[in-house]
Amino acid sequence: MTTVTLWYALPLIVSVSLVCAATRHELMRPIMHHAVRFGAWVVAFMAVFMGLLALLGRLA
Amino acid sequence: MAKAVLPAGYDVADSDQPIEIDLKEPWIAALLAWLMPGMGHVYQGRTGKGILFFVCVFGTFVFGMLLGEGKVVYASLPGQEPWRWQYYCQLGVGLPAMPALVQRRLVSQDRKPLFDGFMAPPLDTPQPWKDDSGHASKQPNELAKWTVAMHPRFEIGTVYTVIAGLLNVLVICDAYAGPLVLLPKRKEDGGGG
Repeated sequence: MTTVTLWYALPLIVSVSLVCAATRHELMRPIMHHAVRFGAWVVAFMAVFMGLLALLGRLA
Repeated sequence: MAKAVLPAGYDVADSDQPIEIDLKEPWIAALLAWLMPGMGHVYQGRTGKGILFFVCVFGTFVFGMLLGEGKVVYASLPGQEPWRWQYYCQLGVGLPAMPALVQRRLVSQDRKPLFDGFMAPPLDTPQPWKDDSGHASKQPNELAKWTVAMHPRFEIGTVYTVIAGLLNVLVICDAYAGPLVLLPKRKEDGGGG
C-alpha cells in the first residue's frame, strides 16, 4: 500500500467521526469535541494495527 | 408529536435543565432522512445537524462516486456474478443510489441504459483492454476492466459509498429517536462488600 492510498482514509475518518458524534449529541460544541476524540481514537487504532501488520510482515 | 429528552448536564455541563427535542412525526422524519441524508433533521427543525449530516454522508457518497468514475454504485442483474451485495449498503443513502435500480431494469429488458451507462450494471461480455505500456489484452467482463483500469480507486470508491449508506442508517435512527445518550455507569452508594 502506498502513502498516497493511505491519504484516502482521512476524509472517511473525518466523516465517520462527525456522523457518529452527531448521533450522540444535539449541540455543535459537544459534537465537535466527541468527533475529535473519536477521530484520534480511530487514527491511533489504525496506527497500532498497521504497526502490528508491518511487524508480522517483517517476521514472515 | 414525539419528543426526545437529553438529561441535564449531558450536552451542556453546567446546565441543570434537560434538553427537549421535538421529533415531530418520527416516521416521516426517518423516511425523509433515508431519502436524502439530513432532510429528516431539517424537517424537525434541527437544521444544523441536518446540514452536517448532508455534508458528511452525501459528501462521502459523491466522493466515492468520483473516485469510481460513477461506476461503483450499481445493482447486479438477476443471476449476475459476482452478486453486488455492496449495493444494499449503498442504498442506505436513499434517492442518490436509486438511479441504479432504473438502469438495472432497463438493462434487464435489453434496453440501452440512460446517461451513458451511469450506475448501470457491467456487461458480462469480454472487453478489450490496453494497459499503460500499450499491451493489448482482453478482460473477461466489464467489471474486471473497471477494476484494472481504476485500481485501486474502484475498491476505495466502493468502500466510500458503502460507508456513506451505512452512516445514513445511524442518521435515520437519530431522526427517528433522537441522539443515543450514553451515560457513565453510576457507582452504587452504600452497601459494603
